[in-house]
Amino acid sequence: MRRVLQIVLAALLVLGMAAFTAGCGDDDDGGDGGGQEDVSLTQGRDLTIAVITHGQGDTFWAVAKKGAEQAGKDMGVTVKYSESDNDPQKQAQLIDSAVTEKVNGIATSVPSADALRDSLKKAVDAGIPVVTLNSGQADSAELGAFAHVGQDEEVAGEAAGKRLAEGGSQKLICVVHEQGNIGLEQRCAGAKKGFGGEVENLQVKGITDISTTLTEIQSKLESDDSIDAVLSLNPDIAVAARDAVRGAGSEAKVATFDLSGDVVKAVKDGEIEFAVDQQQYLQGYLPVVFLTLYNTNNNTVGGGLPVLTGPGFVDKTNAAQVEKLAEEGTR
Amino acid sequence: MTNPATTATPPTPPPTSVVDERMARVSLLTKLLRRPELGALLAAAAIGLFFAVTTDEFGTLDGAANWTDVASTLGIPAVAVALLMIGGEFDLSAGVMTGTAGLFMGILATEVGMDMWPAILLTLVAAAAVGFINGYMVVRTKLPSFIVTLATFFVLQGVNLGVTKSITGTVRVDGLADVNGYDSAFNLLGGSFSSYDYRVSVLWWVGITILATWVLARTRAGNWIFGVGGDAVAARNIGVPVSRVKIALFMTTAVCAALAGIMVALRLASVQASQGVGDEFNYIIAAVVGGCLLTGGFGSAVGAALGALIIGMAFIGIQFSGWNTDWRYLFLGVILLIAVLVNNFVRRSAEGARK
Repeated sequence: MRRVLQIVLAALLVLGMAAFTAGCGDDDDGGDGGGQEDVSLTQGRDLTIAVITHGQGDTFWAVAKKGAEQAGKDMGVTVKYSESDNDPQKQAQLIDSAVTEKVNGIATSVPSADALRDSLKKAVDAGIPVVTLNSGQADSAELGAFAHVGQDEEVAGEAAGKRLAEGGSQKLICVVHEQGNIGLEQRCAGAKKGFGGEVENLQVKGITDISTTLTEIQSKLESDDSIDAVLSLNPDIAVAARDAVRGAGSEAKVATFDLSGDVVKAVKDGEIEFAVDQQQYLQGYLPVVFLTLYNTNNNTVGGGLPVLTGPGFVDKTNAAQVEKLAEEGTR
Repeated sequence: MTNPATTATPPTPPPTSVVDERMARVSLLTKLLRRPELGALLAAAAIGLFFAVTTDEFGTLDGAANWTDVASTLGIPAVAVALLMIGGEFDLSAGVMTGTAGLFMGILATEVGMDMWPAILLTLVAAAAVGFINGYMVVRTKLPSFIVTLATFFVLQGVNLGVTKSITGTVRVDGLADVNGYDSAFNLLGGSFSSYDYRVSVLWWVGITILATWVLARTRAGNWIFGVGGDAVAARNIGVPVSRVKIALFMTTAVCAALAGIMVALRLASVQASQGVGDEFNYIIAAVVGGCLLTGGFGSAVGAALGALIIGMAFIGIQFSGWNTDWRYLFLGVILLIAVLVNNFVRRSAEGARK
């Protein structure tokens, strides 16, 4: 009898979770429900857009997700957002699932063009329009996308490197937190070009294990006190880098790519020099808009060139304005 | 119990009236219920039915292509890991082995300039060597295989990143599509077939499961595996070569993991240095959901295949359902928990009733 009870309880639990999150799912789907809540005149369009990124549940992609979902509400379409945990095979399988679901548009990041080429070809062959975002600018057209929304990473990297050099730094470490993302490698390569001085790449554990990352950065700083600049490529890593610099008693300046509430506060307080902002909210928002317009009005955006969302710089002069938005998770 | 020789036989002896309950004739249904994979089968059917009913695409041939895709690359090493678990050992390096194999093959093909097929064969040989090292260390040091293979896991993880970076300068091996022999290798191992795009790895997965089941059920080696897992000392005492069996099992696991890694690498025409890390627990979960005991000596290959199928169905089913994917792992965990509970319940109640 106890065993039967266990089974029944487990089944109820799962049904309860399903019902609860089906409710949650509806909220995030936007579409008709969102339109009616906002009492807006946007007609609920019967379109579904799949947004697939290589995120790992981190702050950066949470902002992009918010952008995508808001775009869904504003445009009156259903947005299905999913992340692949930085696994290219999983991302290919998610794109395949979206093709099976016959969605009306696919917006995807392209950390590895080779890995997604087949799946995107399937999507294009099935008549589904594709927009690439965040990474893969150089391969976007060849993969069949009609637009790319993102930031030119090398240009941004160069600008960041130059700015650090202008601040007087001589030796820079570039903290690489992901494996296999060509965009990050381009940032560090650009920073090396713009910096002029000595630049070393430091591979760390990553977002999934911030405390280990902190220790890794701190050990590097402690072992080499000629390092006077640290460039991180992610807001969570930036906070870890700032703590590592403090922990190592180093004088190194910290700069980062991408914002979060904590990063903006640190910039305001002078703990982080500046943040290069690629406005990932737009990287979630704009592809949904472009794909909706493609479906309703056959519009394509960009004229073959990428739609650039950055680099913008957030430093002490404008941090206060950005702070509230960053804390709400939209910047 | 009465001695049948001294009592008169009843006019129509009921089928279950026997001297000794161990000789009791058991109905076919009960025999089926006692199979280790039944719980997994029921759970898979329930989950499949649930998603087929609640979503439009899951029950279609198109949708099935998606969830068999996820299940197959998980299932090939999972079946080997199940055999290993039946033999009483764990292999935590199986996940990262898929990455090592893909990277090894990729580097041989793109940097050393080998053709695809020699690179693949050399990779399988190298994987067998790693498996041999795993097995030899476990057998010689008599340390728990959990610890030994955990060490191997860290070594391989470091090698994956360090060697890739020092040879290619980046954290990825690219450009496999340009290698001589890629097309034939892709068609055999990494490609797809039919208009619905079913992956070739599904056929390999089914084939390997059938092979493993046949080995367990019909060969002497299968008996040895069960014996070694059930009681290694007793097995050795009756002449089973325990060390050789264990080393062979570790080699099989490594080779199957390498095969899965090669398939992924061919499919994506590239390999990432972080490939496969974390998958080792999925293999163990698939084996346990399929009826393997953590203590060894019991289980089945079909069960592990069904376990992998459940994980694949859950992943894609959650995707099709449009549930908030922030909660994805919660759902996966609950579904797996239910699968294990169902398995447990069915097995206990089937074993409880001996007649």
